[in-house]
Amino acid sequence: MFDVTLSFKVNKKEKAMNTDIYNESPVVHQPAFIDGHSVEIPILKILKQDGSIYENAIMPEIDQELATKTYKTLAFHRVLDERMVAAQRQGRISFYMAALGEEAASVGGAAGLKDQDMIMAQYREQGALMFRGFSLENFMNQMFSNEQDLGKGRQMPIHYGSNELNYMTISSPLGTQIPQAAGYAYGQKMQGLDAVTICYFGEGAASEGDFHAGLNMAAVHQSPVIFFCRNNGYAISTPSDEQYMGNGIASRGVGYGMKTLRIDGNDILAVIAAVQLAREYAVKEGKPVLIEAMSYRLGAHSTSDDPSGYRTREEEAKWQEHDPILRMKNWMLAQGWWDEAQETTLFEKLRDEVLAAVKVSEKIDKPPVEDLITDVYDQAPPLLQSQFEQLKEHIKKYPDAYPFTAGRIK
Amino acid sequence: MAQMNLLQAINNALDTVMAENDRAVCFGEDVGHFGGVFRATSGLQDKYGKNRCFNTPLVEQGVIGFANGLAAQGSTPIAEIQFADYIFPAFDQIVNESAKFRYRSGNEFDVGKLTIRTPYGGGIAGGLYHSQSPEAYFAHTPGLKVVVPRNPYQAKGLLLASIRDDNPVVFFEPKRLYRASVGEVPEEDYQLPLGKAEVVQQGSDITLLAWGAQMEIVEKAAELASADDISCEIIDLRTILPWDIETVANSVTKTGRFVVSQEAPLTAGFASEIAATIQQECFLHLEAPIARVCGMDTPYPLALEKEYVADHLKIYEAIKNSMTY
Repeated sequence: MFDVTLSFKVNKKEKAMNTDIYNESPVVHQPAFIDGHSVEIPILKILKQDGSIYENAIMPEIDQELATKTYKTLAFHRVLDERMVAAQRQGRISFYMAALGEEAASVGGAAGLKDQDMIMAQYREQGALMFRGFSLENFMNQMFSNEQDLGKGRQMPIHYGSNELNYMTISSPLGTQIPQAAGYAYGQKMQGLDAVTICYFGEGAASEGDFHAGLNMAAVHQSPVIFFCRNNGYAISTPSDEQYMGNGIASRGVGYGMKTLRIDGNDILAVIAAVQLAREYAVKEGKPVLIEAMSYRLGAHSTSDDPSGYRTREEEAKWQEHDPILRMKNWMLAQGWWDEAQETTLFEKLRDEVLAAVKVSEKIDKPPVEDLITDVYDQAPPLLQSQFEQLKEHIKKYPDAYPFTAGRIK
Repeated sequence: MAQMNLLQAINNALDTVMAENDRAVCFGEDVGHFGGVFRATSGLQDKYGKNRCFNTPLVEQGVIGFANGLAAQGSTPIAEIQFADYIFPAFDQIVNESAKFRYRSGNEFDVGKLTIRTPYGGGIAGGLYHSQSPEAYFAHTPGLKVVVPRNPYQAKGLLLASIRDDNPVVFFEPKRLYRASVGEVPEEDYQLPLGKAEVVQQGSDITLLAWGAQMEIVEKAAELASADDISCEIIDLRTILPWDIETVANSVTKTGRFVVSQEAPLTAGFASEIAATIQQECFLHLEAPIARVCGMDTPYPLALEKEYVADHLKIYEAIKNSMTY
């Protein structure tokens, strides 16, 4: 807990800086540019691919229990993605988005937070939700849009959300969660809660106006948000060098007067360390932080695209050598916290569980027709109610055309 | 009861809410110490502190994005967009986010506590970017409520209801009336119902419908008609979405004639939606075609504003045409 009144006050020195900054700058008498890349940004790396730790690296707070939970979450993530891409290919679900090769960003982010912290994700951060304990059944029910989906079958697969687990429901429009995170965190701070908001987005979404709006709002209003950019090199087919000309996304944090750090996004220990540090700062100072995690989207953007149309096998092969899950496994083995027998058992068990869960969820009924009109407002207005009555009469008249609902009209 | 102008009534409503609910927060461009360019939030920062009434950077999508987040968190954000003409950078946050927050999450999350206040409308020599009436854009979005008051008493009661309503509300304030409209407003707390139109004058020959600043114009036209012995029933719609079909349909069933007037351009304006519905509800009772008296299908003019607007004479002509059809 921190003192709310104090933390909202503008630091006197900083205030003076805002108006006097130009006077404190060096003065020159010939026109000269400063370079667009003049800010040098270091990249944090803690864990090597072989499972050893860099010399002088400072470890995050992590014990065997947290490490095991984190690793098991990564394993679950990989298996679920693998199986659900296959399920989509078999025509069992309409759509899927895997996070192959960049699972450490979402799982490590959640591992560095506390349960009361809000997670506002873009869409490829199911790993954070897995870490929080969203059940396999919940994932499946959402993907199959059945009547047990918490979202009532209203959004395409992978648009998860859970109030109980502080994971904001995903919204397809890109970047809209960024200014929302600034507001959400402002509310947490107003209430004096020991809680922050983490806000995930990609380097592509960082081109949206909402990115600039959100970072500036959070900086100016001192919201405890951790802005977490997953720079995975691609926005669907557009490579990052066609997305921006600056020094990644991290350089923009400096422009907004925000504490910023860049990390190796495939290094789970660097992710946890960065988020733990950012969380501590955000709670204590009541201000935002920007983290840019450098990674690579090894899979397709979604099951609706094919990366062979815009990048080479060689490029992908290079990044396969930086697999974040294998990296963590190597570390776990070196720690003596994991062994190959456990590995085999875990992956076999997960594959069986996922397959079994698919078979259950795909048989569960679609949501009742009432769910068409609930939650548009807190209560359906009269006009909507009368539209619904007309619809029910229509379905009764042509039951064969509406097989999911015809037999269930009340 | 106190005499207040429309701005004072708004300010009084905000004061009422901020006093009772310490999670109510007012913000927007110039809203803080200065009290807003129209002074609707005047004095609130002094009274409730900089954390609860503050200036934002000049970024409408940021203002509404921030407000959506605050509302989802359980606070009560009352966000101001300085002019309705400048609401469009926030259109995505309102239409794709505020309006769909509850629905898309299956009620796991909602932004029901959100209220967006914005001055709208012409008649102030504001030209094309300080005069628009964009209510129809928002009326096309399920999940939003859209409210427009006509005078200070209505403004306070409807704003209090909007803030406390558990749905996101876009509250359009008729800026031409901000200081021009003065009336009795109770100091104490009261609410007026959302989704309910009000019959402000009983009549038997023809029904006239409008909202916001256009009410005054319609009333003036009714006075002219009254000199011709035409008895007008006048209704203030008050809530554009969801709108009160029943009150309007009952009136038109009684009078058999109907003129609806709006400031916004004719084509695809909300008057068109009303005309279509009333035609369906009251078809066999209609003695004449429904008339829409609206702004022309042009951007809002400046020098030729007087010619452009749906003024009392154009409405008066529509009334006479309907009576003699």
